[in-house]
Amino acid sequence: MSDLNKLTIAQARDGLTKGDFTSVELTEACLSSMSAKKELNAFITETPEIALERAEASDERRATGNTASAMDGVPVAIKDLFCTEGVLTTAASHILDGYTPVYESSVSDNLRNDGAVMLGKANLDEFAMGSANVTSFYGNVINPWKAEDGKDLVPGGSSGGSAAAVSGDLCLAATGTDTGGSIRQPASFCGIVGLKPTYGRCSRWGIVAFASSLDQAGPMTKTVRDAAIMLQSMAGHDPKDSTSAPVELPDFEAALTGEVKGLRVGIPKEYRVEGMPAEIEKLWRQGAEWLKDSGAEIVDISLPHTKYALPAYYIVAPAEASANLARYDGVRYGLRVDGESIDDMYMNTRGEGFGKEVQRRVMIGTYVLSAGYYDAYYRKAQQIRTLIAKDFTDAYDQVDVILTPTAPSAAFPVGENQDDPLAMYLNDVFTVPASLAGIPGISVPAGLSENGLPLGLQLLGKSFDEETVLRAAGVMETAAAFSAKPGL
Amino acid sequence: MSYIIQGETGDWEVVIGLEVHCQVISKSKLFSGGSASFGGEPNDHVDLLDAGLPGMLPVVNAHCVEQAVRTGLGLKAQINKRSVFSRKNYFYADMPLGYQISQYDQPTVGEGTILLELEGGKTKEVGIERLHLEADAGKSMHDQHPTKTFVDLNRAGVALMEIVSKPDMRTPEEAGAYLRKLRSIVRYLETCDGNMDEGSMRCDANVSVRPVGADELRTRCEIKNVNSVRFVMQAIEYEAQRHVELYEEGQEPIQETRLFDSNNGTTRSMRSKEHAHDYRYFPEPDLLPLDLTDEYIENIRATLPELPDERRERYINDFGLSPIDAGVLVAEKENAAYFEAVAEGRDAKMAANWVTTNLFGALNKIGKSISESPVSAAELGKLLDLISNDTISGRIAKDVFEEMVENGGDPQKIVEEKGLKQITDTGAIEGIIDDIIANNPDQVAQFQGGNEKIIGWFVGQVMKASQGKANPGMVNKMLKEKLS
Amino acid sequence: MSLDKATVKNIAFLARIRVPEEDLEPLAGELNNILDWVEQLGEVDTEGVEPMASVSNVTLPLREDAVTGGGQTEKVLANAPEAEKGFYTVPKVVE
Repeated sequence: MSDLNKLTIAQARDGLTKGDFTSVELTEACLSSMSAKKELNAFITETPEIALERAEASDERRATGNTASAMDGVPVAIKDLFCTEGVLTTAASHILDGYTPVYESSVSDNLRNDGAVMLGKANLDEFAMGSANVTSFYGNVINPWKAEDGKDLVPGGSSGGSAAAVSGDLCLAATGTDTGGSIRQPASFCGIVGLKPTYGRCSRWGIVAFASSLDQAGPMTKTVRDAAIMLQSMAGHDPKDSTSAPVELPDFEAALTGEVKGLRVGIPKEYRVEGMPAEIEKLWRQGAEWLKDSGAEIVDISLPHTKYALPAYYIVAPAEASANLARYDGVRYGLRVDGESIDDMYMNTRGEGFGKEVQRRVMIGTYVLSAGYYDAYYRKAQQIRTLIAKDFTDAYDQVDVILTPTAPSAAFPVGENQDDPLAMYLNDVFTVPASLAGIPGISVPAGLSENGLPLGLQLLGKSFDEETVLRAAGVMETAAAFSAKPGL
Repeated sequence: MSYIIQGETGDWEVVIGLEVHCQVISKSKLFSGGSASFGGEPNDHVDLLDAGLPGMLPVVNAHCVEQAVRTGLGLKAQINKRSVFSRKNYFYADMPLGYQISQYDQPTVGEGTILLELEGGKTKEVGIERLHLEADAGKSMHDQHPTKTFVDLNRAGVALMEIVSKPDMRTPEEAGAYLRKLRSIVRYLETCDGNMDEGSMRCDANVSVRPVGADELRTRCEIKNVNSVRFVMQAIEYEAQRHVELYEEGQEPIQETRLFDSNNGTTRSMRSKEHAHDYRYFPEPDLLPLDLTDEYIENIRATLPELPDERRERYINDFGLSPIDAGVLVAEKENAAYFEAVAEGRDAKMAANWVTTNLFGALNKIGKSISESPVSAAELGKLLDLISNDTISGRIAKDVFEEMVENGGDPQKIVEEKGLKQITDTGAIEGIIDDIIANNPDQVAQFQGGNEKIIGWFVGQVMKASQGKANPGMVNKMLKEKLS
Repeated sequence: MSLDKATVKNIAFLARIRVPEEDLEPLAGELNNILDWVEQLGEVDTEGVEPMASVSNVTLPLREDAVTGGGQTEKVLANAPEAEKGFYTVPKVVE
């Protein structure tokens, strides 16, 4: 019974339906696991009472034949970027001290209505800005995977807490958000599945905004099937979000046919970057082989503007963030550090409330929008974005999905890259282009590095074609047969 | 009419541009479902977005877009088929998001014109640069507490139309006429109630001066939030004078934002604007561009009411009214409606006269608006009928009208109760005339001696003797016959 | 493109973030590194390319004019650091 936390959503669904165990038992197993692995620091706020309440309600529904959905009774972690009604929501920032929303984000509300059980709020990089979860006001998250010498490793970011929680079996699944790679890259570092849906697929209402034109919520799970199941619950049109796509949801799980005969898989040459570790190149080729062996056609393609994606992202995202974070001013909620004048109060509050990385990005954002620089930076970056999106649309004339590595390395030790923001930014080199274009992308654990650490492969698809992405990912997952677990 | 400031070094002219913020009449706000109505308990009309809470997103109010397009059409302006909302970034206590959602380089409405009616029947066309939609800020109260400012966000998010004129005005009078005309137009369209003292219409005046005959535009100052037409005119006068004095001293005005002090009619610099604002505009990423179709625009055009300019033309052409009378009547939709109800099936000029002179005079005296008029259009119409069918004279009608204003009532009844019916019976009038002629031989002799003007005296006597009820026309005619 | 201490101080004020005097120089260095790196975008010919207006090709949704929020002053003020008589309060602003 105490291994129930190691189940997948699909297995839990099965077991709950058959009556092998209850949601309360499932939830208790997760709560025990959370207690046992506090050193991962995967959670900012744990909500055991709410979890058990919801688990009980789920069991009751099931007993009276009113099961809400596939997610009913499944214990999940909610990234602390989603506003949860009555539960502390911090965005891992000092500036949101004590902030308790009076509303629930649309995505977590969807999960709640579908009967999912919230275990707690997962840790993250402050305001989702980071690739290693080392900027949280609540401390670093530790990857359940350890280096060979036992050193602590980063889980990736910004959804580091969510990734660590899933990877360490503290929960069955978690929500994440992805702006430049914040679901996919930590999924790769922690050996789990992470899906960033098409921009507009999931509602952004109630998610603390980082970069409005890039943020997307998505599932972080142990398997591709689980990602499909969880996405079904999370996604859907929301009239409260003007960028939410008014499209019907297909049956994502039904897309997992296991068939990829005739699927055209693109290998973009620009993703073969200089200095790329040989083992990653090797795994990438291996991925292509797996798909080819299953009947897919491998096609060499070009995405010419790839190398400009990262710098373009580091103009657009900070610019939008600088405005989105202007509301954190100590007036209406969160931290207030007094001052003699109101400007004083603003400066003190934000100077103390925001961490260094957030301050850097807000300043960059403010600068690139400022008088005289808008055309050279922001406008230019948005033009490049159009070109990058066009690269993909053109490629999709020739292929159905695109295969790339997810990250340029395996998880690295805590402390590395921390003195050099730029080095940290380079972690997102393979994930950022898809973010700029708004297309869906998934990371699937595909193999281990020489040091025994997980490496992920990324599949990208056409807008609103998560079905093909999931289908290809499912096949690759089967072929990879990645079964390694972190030695906890 | 030109407005020249005579300086020591030469003559100066004033260049004026006005930016008017009009609150849109709508139930809810531009981007949120908070109530847009005036007043309310502090922070009672505040929706989650209005409070700037994390994760909140804007959704555009369809009605507010219509109102902006409607107003644009009323200003004979270009409606832009694609417009874009932008963030205008700055920090202020009543700006909860830390930015205002506005429109920058792609506003919903482009260039248009307003026709000003000036003194002496003159008109002048002033250009409109643009109209854009934006969200209002909340209210900060600095006088409720010695060390704290109180912030009420009820108004935050209410839809505003910012209407920017071209710098075509040259006199304070023109600025006043512009504001009055703009107010009239938006009230006709029911897109804004134009209430300057409630703050639903606010004016910022941009003022600069230059030597008469010069082409260039010199440094201008913006005088913010002046809340009456009179104050706007005063502020412009003061500011223009201030600029001239600076130039004449060999200095230059600093480009800045100033406040008008209505207590002493002066302007002063705003302290908080030490740092120049860098608004860092960029397109609002939480919204998409607004695309309007020809059909949409034409549908709104089809619902436009007759506007002041057209109505004025109609009154002049169809009713034969003077431009001045027509102008006075059309300025307020309610006044025009009242007038037309009175004029229906009657002599329009007579109706116009009674409305503009007698009715407006009376309403002014008792401090009531036309919607609160103690005399309805129907009742006034009846009174005019009584004059037209000779039941009473114009003179008596004035008395009846006074009675109606003071105590209400049906004119017919009042005439009957007070026995004010005009005497039109020739026999009766003849009797009175004969009496007066008989009793005043000197005056008769004067008339017959050549003093024709004295007939007025006779008329007066007859009217007195008949308590004003004799029909003046008949009296005149019969007197002439009898005296000759 | 090089930012000096004064420019950084300016940007910090625009962003209302207090940066201690001794941190201005190092921060300028960090920002300059990032800005130098993004300069490479200048290599790309973007003549005639429209800046991306929206990621999705959805049309802007418009909502009905109805009051659907407000009337919840307590909720709105629930997280306020300082409030009085239904108002938010802040250090006095001088105009």
